Amino acid sequence: MNRHKPQRVFWQGNEAIVEGALAAGCRFYAGYPITPATEIMEMMAQKMPALDGAFIQMEDEIASLGAVIGASLAGVKAMTATSGPGFSLMQENLGFACVAEVPCVVVNVMRGGPSTGLPTSPAQGDVLQARWGTHGDHPIIVLAPSTTLDCYLVTLQAFNFSEKYRTPVIILSDEVVSHTREVLTLPRGDELPMIERIRPTVPPEWFVPFETQGRLVPAMSSFGDGYRYHVTGLIHDVRGFPTNRPDEVFAFQKRLQEKISEHYTDIQWVEPFYLEDAEQVIIAYGSVARSALHAVRQAREMGLKAGLLKLLTLFPFPRAAVEKAAIACQSLLVPEMNWGQISREVKRVNRGRCRVVTLNKFDGTLITPKEILKKMMQDQN
Amino acid sequence: MKDITKLIHQYLRHDKKFPHVWCPGCGNGIVLGALIRAIDHLEYSKDEIVLVSGIGCSGRMSVYVDFNTLHTTHGRALTFATGIKMAKPDLKVIVIMGDGDALAIGGNHFIHAARRNINLTALIINNSIFGMTGGQHSPATPYGKMATTTALYNIEPAFNIAELAVTAGAVFVARGTAYHADLLHKLIEKALHKNGFSLLEIITQCPTFYGRKNRMGTAVEMMEWQRDSAVPVEKWEGLSPEEREGKFSIGVLMDKEAPGFLEEYEKVKAQAKRIASLNATEKGDHGSQI
Repeated sequence: MNRHKPQRVFWQGNEAIVEGALAAGCRFYAGYPITPATEIMEMMAQKMPALDGAFIQMEDEIASLGAVIGASLAGVKAMTATSGPGFSLMQENLGFACVAEVPCVVVNVMRGGPSTGLPTSPAQGDVLQARWGTHGDHPIIVLAPSTTLDCYLVTLQAFNFSEKYRTPVIILSDEVVSHTREVLTLPRGDELPMIERIRPTVPPEWFVPFETQGRLVPAMSSFGDGYRYHVTGLIHDVRGFPTNRPDEVFAFQKRLQEKISEHYTDIQWVEPFYLEDAEQVIIAYGSVARSALHAVRQAREMGLKAGLLKLLTLFPFPRAAVEKAAIACQSLLVPEMNWGQISREVKRVNRGRCRVVTLNKFDGTLITPKEILKKMMQDQN
Repeated sequence: MKDITKLIHQYLRHDKKFPHVWCPGCGNGIVLGALIRAIDHLEYSKDEIVLVSGIGCSGRMSVYVDFNTLHTTHGRALTFATGIKMAKPDLKVIVIMGDGDALAIGGNHFIHAARRNINLTALIINNSIFGMTGGQHSPATPYGKMATTTALYNIEPAFNIAELAVTAGAVFVARGTAYHADLLHKLIEKALHKNGFSLLEIITQCPTFYGRKNRMGTAVEMMEWQRDSAVPVEKWEGLSPEEREGKFSIGVLMDKEAPGFLEEYEKVKAQAKRIASLNATEKGDHGSQI
């Protein structure tokens, strides 16, 4: 790829996720086939060998994330992709990656659920599962693309966040985002950020694997690099060994939370559209954000002061941006393909400042611009 | 004694807050000793070894030794090990599991790792019981035996772990016991030496739960049972079904050559790179450009 001039390509969302991952330096993929995420795996099977990367089709999704964690500990950027039921299976290992602080990227192309649900239909039902699906209390980073270009950039950013904060990052795509093909202009190579995990600089005998030196994120050594240390899903002390001592448990849990919460402004990622004078603001993500943008443009043509706040980071929830919109407008409309998972967060942040209107659809079809516009008109009256 | 002290200093972690979690009389320490002697004898460096363990009593083994160590989720040790080995094939990846860990929750991973023939060394410590959770029956608890989750006695037949590994395609399969400690470290050496998926089943004693529940006496008496029940595999072939009753074979049960996953994948990589360079010269760049 020529890195010096902008490149135009015609890609599907899932294809852009793969290209984004490869551009970020992902060189290990383990997965298990499931609709509508399968194209990611099929492309990875094709692309990895020539790039000197590794690809393996595992026996299930639990095994897939296990292998991804193993590869990351051995020093290779790794990811897996799945859809609803497979994402449920991954939850235990996701928790392991959080506690052991193993960078990795997990893509969940959401489909209708629960259970086998609607395998080929779009939905946004896994938002709170992505946040709270594992047992125990820990922070997580969840990103959601809504265009094919987003798929590329969000995947790049997911790897960057995972390396920077030593944490699994979840990408919530949906069936429509992942299967839509569109022309996009890729940023030039020199415009792309690329973040690598911090490596220890001390000699191995001085290395204390979970000591942070004021950074909140410990330096990470790879297996085989001469820094022999212990990795576990148990709560551990700074040397990596299991501990029950309340002071050590507290310090660990607190740091795990703070390494994300203290970097909230870095992780918060939203795109505003027509917000300067907006009285009605739509908060949307994923494929619904596309319908919402269309509806906002139609509303503007009709003379309504409408705007859109598109969320790319879902968790930690971008409360500052939502709060700012809530203060400035008269009503917030949250359309979602679920019973109201992000609208709960919006209401929590809004704290009664303005009206919060919800538009929920869960019949396996997209929310159309017309439906959003209709809701906006109703809210006006 | 001098040699043992040397091994302890060389291979156990100085900064670990001992004591260990194992009960008096447990066989896990004997297995750990045999593993360390095998590694020492084969002269692997500590940096090239990765010890991956599952959950349970055996899972804690990874805490104590000074290698790259990974204590995974219950039953999934082989999957983590697969990722490590693929990412860095030069590392020597050893996986320690218990019978409940490897065969109940991890049963699916176990058969697929054997079938795939990825170059790992898997040790299953078979004490016929779930130890750390308090003595529930496992897929390796023999029919008729007692456990805390059997009302009267175990009504399920047990897996024959080594035979299962042979059937699933493992290229090296052996069985040893905690009693036959010398044989054990020689079997571990062979397993470590083998290119491909190698599986070693190690019969050990859990006097705290399995022994007590089944009135098998002290740890010493349980080890005497191992001595009296184990038959060298060469002799085993000549025994009639009646003579085999209540006994088991020890030694190397399978040692064959078969294509390994990693070697096969290297071939795929080489060919993919050839195709990619051909395509690059023909098209100038990849095909999805417009």
